[in-house]
Amino acid sequence: MKPAPFTYHAPATVDEAVDLLGRFAANGARIIAGGQSLVAMMAFRLARPGHLIDINGIAPLQTIAVEAGMLRIGALVRHAAIEDGAAPGPLGRLLAAMAGHVAHRPIRTRGTFCGSLVNADPSSEWCLAMATLDGHLVLRSPRGERSVPAAAFFQGVMTTALDEDELVVEARLPVLTDDACFGFNEVSRRAGDFAMAAGLVTYRLASGLLCDVRVGVGGAEPHPRRISEAERVLEGEAPGADLFRRAAEAAAAAVDPMEDGQNPPDYRRRLVHTVTLRALEASRA
Amino acid sequence: MTLYETPVFEKGRTRVLGHSVPRLEDRPLVTGQGRYIGDMNFPHQLHMRVVRSDVAHGVLHAVHVEAARAHPGVVAVWRHADIGDLPPINFRDAAADALKPYRQPLLAGDRVRYVGEPVAVVFARSAAIAEDAAELVTVEVEALPVLLDAAAPPGSFAPGLGTEALVLRQEYGDVDAAFRDAACVVELSLDIGRHTGMPLECRGAIGRYDAAYDVIELWGAAKVPHRNRDALAAFLDRPVHSIHLHECHVGGGFGIRGELYPEDFLVLVASQRLGRPVKWIEDRREHMMAANHSRQQHHEARMALDADGHILAMDDVFALDQGAYVRTHGARVLDLTLSTLPGPYVVPAFRAVGRFRLTNKTPAATYRSPGRYESTFVRERLLDAAAGRLGIDPITLRHRNLIPAAAMPYAQKLEANGHPIVIDSGDYAGLLDQALAAFGWSQVEQELQARRAAGEQVGAGVSVFLEKGGQGPSDSALVSVDGQGFVEIITGGASVGQGFETAMAQICAETLGVDYRRIRVVHGQTNRIRFGIGAHASRATVMTGAAVHVAAAEVRRKALEQAALLLQSDVAALDIVDGVVIRRDAPGGASVTLAALSRACAPGQEAAASGTPGLYSEGWFHNAHLTFPYGVHLAVVRVDPGTGQVAVERYCVATDVGRAVNPMMIEGQVAGGVAQGLGGALFEAFRYDSEGQPLSATLAEYLVPTLAEIPAIEVLITQDAPSPSNPLGIKGVGESGCTGVGAAIAAAVDAALGGGVRVRALPVMPQEVSEAVLF
Repeated sequence: MKPAPFTYHAPATVDEAVDLLGRFAANGARIIAGGQSLVAMMAFRLARPGHLIDINGIAPLQTIAVEAGMLRIGALVRHAAIEDGAAPGPLGRLLAAMAGHVAHRPIRTRGTFCGSLVNADPSSEWCLAMATLDGHLVLRSPRGERSVPAAAFFQGVMTTALDEDELVVEARLPVLTDDACFGFNEVSRRAGDFAMAAGLVTYRLASGLLCDVRVGVGGAEPHPRRISEAERVLEGEAPGADLFRRAAEAAAAAVDPMEDGQNPPDYRRRLVHTVTLRALEASRA
Repeated sequence: MTLYETPVFEKGRTRVLGHSVPRLEDRPLVTGQGRYIGDMNFPHQLHMRVVRSDVAHGVLHAVHVEAARAHPGVVAVWRHADIGDLPPINFRDAAADALKPYRQPLLAGDRVRYVGEPVAVVFARSAAIAEDAAELVTVEVEALPVLLDAAAPPGSFAPGLGTEALVLRQEYGDVDAAFRDAACVVELSLDIGRHTGMPLECRGAIGRYDAAYDVIELWGAAKVPHRNRDALAAFLDRPVHSIHLHECHVGGGFGIRGELYPEDFLVLVASQRLGRPVKWIEDRREHMMAANHSRQQHHEARMALDADGHILAMDDVFALDQGAYVRTHGARVLDLTLSTLPGPYVVPAFRAVGRFRLTNKTPAATYRSPGRYESTFVRERLLDAAAGRLGIDPITLRHRNLIPAAAMPYAQKLEANGHPIVIDSGDYAGLLDQALAAFGWSQVEQELQARRAAGEQVGAGVSVFLEKGGQGPSDSALVSVDGQGFVEIITGGASVGQGFETAMAQICAETLGVDYRRIRVVHGQTNRIRFGIGAHASRATVMTGAAVHVAAAEVRRKALEQAALLLQSDVAALDIVDGVVIRRDAPGGASVTLAALSRACAPGQEAAASGTPGLYSEGWFHNAHLTFPYGVHLAVVRVDPGTGQVAVERYCVATDVGRAVNPMMIEGQVAGGVAQGLGGALFEAFRYDSEGQPLSATLAEYLVPTLAEIPAIEVLITQDAPSPSNPLGIKGVGESGCTGVGAAIAAAVDAALGGGVRVRALPVMPQEVSEAVLF
């Protein structure tokens, strides 16, 4: 439970951090922000970064603000800030509701939104939000800056498109319109555990019919994604118990559940049905 | 829940026995000033890191330690060959000779038998260096077939030695005839999962050799310090009193902490051989693989009943998954399981065969309610099956079979640990009725029926348990009053957080006549008292408490005798109230304090000349009999049909403790026990893959229930059947919250699923419940 030896760096600017990444990436450099997953992995010596680059001193990364219809979430924005309402509007309310499911409050006071994206756990609430709402990530490296859509960023279980010399500077999410409806639901063994399945839906109602429907599922597959089969069932229809059940069935049928020995695929499929249905029901509550 | 009370002033004196007075030991614990083994350090100490096998079973060809030895800051690295002169770890009590070949060596010799088995140890200047160097140790292992199922045919432990170490059998009555003629026979295959205690504070030990006085110290002792001292003295062939064990604050014991493990011996031996104190602190991952596991058993059980639901016979064949070695307890859990199968019921004919089988997992031993959690689950499942088969209400069926109060004391025709079981006292049916009334059970049943009719999947379950406690044979305590009027109680007891100091002080305060807050209680320090029974198996308050009572009564006698001279009064006319001897017949008249009496009989004083100076006494309590606490568990659960998850809505425990010393602390004990029982019933399980690799090596995979999963525990404490075996009538309560949980939850889940016996294994897993919901 003692980490392997490493060299510690505390840059004061993003440029400095990116420069350090460039110099030490080949020696296993890692960024630390909240450290809630990384430090545990270092204690188990499953992660053995030769260099640890602590970005907590880079004040601009604490930014959370709406600009040109996008919510910008800086690399140092903690889960707890989102839970406490740091993001405005309907999107802020949705994220605040989801934040309560991210581990436990002490962890949320340290762990960061962007850190969750980089960790890319299949059951991460934030990965699900990014994938469902088509967010994107702003990445910086000595080679410059690039923007990657969430759907391209998440590649598998704890696997992303992030290069080893890249720093996630911020995540961006399109804000929800004032008439947006949304619902979220997840199932975990205990309060605060990793979700075995999670469902997120957003849509608007136009003349009583669902439109701009987004249905995302996390926890069941190697990474969260939108489930177009379920979206198609819902799009243009009037909300109702039967419709929601058919959408949940479509989601359950569309996923390719991971196997983990304890949870057989059929059980996870059943959970996908449940969380999709309950997310839809929550959207009408 | 009881909130604490301030001491009650009643009939002219402060009364604390039987009252929920605040705990004496809490101030340092709640102000961050506790001293746990991790807080202890000695100058020049070394840190030990254990290199553990990552193969579940194999021939150990070589352990390469050269690179680790060369690592800067490393002082020594040992393999089996470096300490080959040391024997394996012995049993704490006498055990069958057949078990001897299965004892665990300090470091693996020619075979490794579980993932986590120590194969080498590194001693270094710091814990971090030790861990760095431990990574440099490499092993050559030739893998052998892995055995992971105790119910499967036995395999090979060593050449010529199988994995079935022992078979126990007990039988009375004509079992076969009973089954042949029975109106109703139920038969179940049942499994209990692999659980263990998960204290917040992992284990730890510091070995220190004081060459100036030729004394070895072991810091971080718990549970049974004196008996461990004796075991270490035998192991090291040293004078018993040249070994001192010291208990620090303990962050949870639960039966698994405080047994002697390889690490305890290694720090002691190293402190002598390396000439420096050696500290070892277990990390959580190690704890999951190194500390004793428990519980895992497979039962093939049957019960025969007549048409009215009277039990005719029980018959059970079970296999206990002992893991890779037999540790300090020998086959105790096997014996406890077997002998507690009948529980609180009249069972006219009985047969049980227990198979003690080794597998390639972490070794197992006792964990809170050892054997009873398992046997209660098996017996109560059989009763639920019978109730369903006969169409009799499960509570009514239990009522018909409980041992009647008039039959007490009741000889069970069984032996536990070689001694006949004679239940001391109890009114089981009376307590069951009280519990149903106190928890409003008929209303609960009605409400559940209405909710089920409305489509909810809710249900209630009941279990009745019989515990055992107060095991002797003997314990002692020293009580003394100093010249300031403060009292010191020296015990050989131990505190694992249960409120031992407060309980002892309450008993002493009542007997002697002093304010319990002026009493200091010493425990877990083997250099302060010659003998000690420790804290295990629900016995501390019975045994040590009775010894304190005896010692305090003797000090009282001495004080009154002394005071009678000073006050020129008859002893019979005197009383001690809050540390002052007064004359009953002349309140407000002449009096003398215990402080003054203590000073008056100090060495050199006239009053001391005639006898032993000092106001103190050693008290002994001897007890050849067990106490039998008993009780009822009632659970209400809700099954989520969309997930198969079980939410516990209510959990109620009624238990007869004989005599309640501090109801608040009893409720705490019960609630903690229920929490652990719920863990085993719904969440906790050590799982392995087919190669014997542990899949539950962190707290993310081994799911301990949290506050969110545990309802407020409702507790009814009764004192209707004091134990005749000890002067205060105390029965013990350390395990009563845990024993019946698996059984009650299983029954409640079945009821929520619409009846029948669906739950055959613990923990109840949501994916399995989900299957049951579908059909």
